[in-house]
Amino acid sequence: MSQRETIIEVKDLVKKFGSFTANDRLTFDVYRGEIFGFLGANGAGKTTAMKILSGLSRPTSGKVMVAGIDVSHHPEKVKRKIGYMSQFFSLYNDMTVKENFRFYGGIYGLSAKKIRERTQFYLDKLDMKSYENMLLKNIPLGWKQKLAFSLANIHNPDIIFLDEPTGGVDPITRRQFWELIYEAADQGTTVFVTTHYMDEAEYCERVSIMSEGQIKALGKPKALKEQFGAATMNDVFLKIARNVE
Amino acid sequence: MSVNIHIEHLVKKFQDVEALKDISFDVEKGSLFGIIGPDGAGKTTLFRILTSLILADEGKVMVDGIDVVKDYKKLRQIIGYMPGRFSLYMDLTVEENLNFYARIFHTSLSENYDLIKDIYEQIEPFKNRRAGDLSGGMKQKLALSCALIHKPKLLVLDEPTTGVDAVSRKEFWELLKKMQQRGITILVSTPYMDEAALCDRVSLMQTGNLLSVNTPQQIVNNFLGNLLAVKTNNMYTLLSDLERFDGADRVYRFGESIHLVSQRPIDEVKQSLRDFLSIKAYQKIEIENKQPVIEDCFLALMEKTGTL
Repeated sequence: MSQRETIIEVKDLVKKFGSFTANDRLTFDVYRGEIFGFLGANGAGKTTAMKILSGLSRPTSGKVMVAGIDVSHHPEKVKRKIGYMSQFFSLYNDMTVKENFRFYGGIYGLSAKKIRERTQFYLDKLDMKSYENMLLKNIPLGWKQKLAFSLANIHNPDIIFLDEPTGGVDPITRRQFWELIYEAADQGTTVFVTTHYMDEAEYCERVSIMSEGQIKALGKPKALKEQFGAATMNDVFLKIARNVE
Repeated sequence: MSVNIHIEHLVKKFQDVEALKDISFDVEKGSLFGIIGPDGAGKTTLFRILTSLILADEGKVMVDGIDVVKDYKKLRQIIGYMPGRFSLYMDLTVEENLNFYARIFHTSLSENYDLIKDIYEQIEPFKNRRAGDLSGGMKQKLALSCALIHKPKLLVLDEPTTGVDAVSRKEFWELLKKMQQRGITILVSTPYMDEAALCDRVSLMQTGNLLSVNTPQQIVNNFLGNLLAVKTNNMYTLLSDLERFDGADRVYRFGESIHLVSQRPIDEVKQSLRDFLSIKAYQKIEIENKQPVIEDCFLALMEKTGTL
């Protein structure tokens, strides 16, 4: 297999809040076009690490390179290279679908022409043409979620960060959402995703599992299941992630 | 000490949205009853009517013979309710929250300590910590303790495990089982299909409709057709290829494999599927018979009723 390009490089990342170590010497690489699952128990330090990777928080020590940029020194540059979507996605409920596209396109500095192009592209793709002038608050949750994903992709980022993107949605919509993820990855976008659904961990190319601020396991789902003698990723997770206050 | 619940023709509209579309079902005394469904199914609306927080447009709800509208004051004495959103006092400590809820119900922590002991022991080391500073799993345990402080006969839990990791979810369900053994009737909602299997009976809900009310085993037994799990070297393109396979009624991703449902005889389907995939140059083809789980059933029911 040919050498894959590394798009995220994390080496000995440490983040402390006072005497509490939220991230304890994290070291891992993510490859371009990979779907990387970032798993862990509540309070394991996932959100802290995600904030650092996306330039929102500075590491206490260690090296973090994202899309060729040193995050500690150029957090603003990183933000242009990445997209971010969380479960509590920040779309504007009192703007229409189209206006949300224009707003996000504007934030990322796309030209008016480019915004029109990208808006059309996604409306066609999601089959949402008839919704374009509808206020966002009147759109079902499942559609909103797909829309949020598209908006996070509007500037063609190298990496898209998804923080529990499928919480609470029905099993069909959850699967449709994953098809969008697969498609983005197939086109070379790297997908960095957290989830509490362990069946979704199986959809990732590789996953890491965090506990107490450390990465306790990292590898392909199949390899992890073999390594821990477990039938499912849920069992692997239960073996690794213990609840610690 | 447990109660039964009787729900009859319940309808609730919010302007032009029908949140509950003529819902009827019963919950047996002492059982652990699950309402399984995604956001927007109507789970919270149902719970709010049942706990006398809002009124239904039509229909009625009886809890242990108590009409939840006429006798709401009596009702509130016998139920413990844990809403979906964490609603304890963030700037009170763990212990202060518990004492506060105990006093509202004219009781004390020590009086009912026996009931909440199992749960409270897990959070006791942090009893002087403010509720706002607890982790997600710990907050849930505190909320459960507070809902139990007055020894309710019925426990109503609205999505207690949403956003909670797999380890904490497992622990939380173990606690619920213990509460059930003490005779409390439990009504719990969840978007996690795997939790359905832990209930005595479940109702599957989607956009205000009940898709099915039954035991988890019976729901699985009612699954129509043969279920196969398919794996190959390329899982990304496999889904769209399988959608074009003649013998497939439904195909969808399911963890490490893709599930295929077919009404045709199973051996025949397996053979033609193997040929179909070989022609398309797939390698490492694995086709296995699979027992359906609740999520398979839910997907089938959603498709059948067209409630998307």
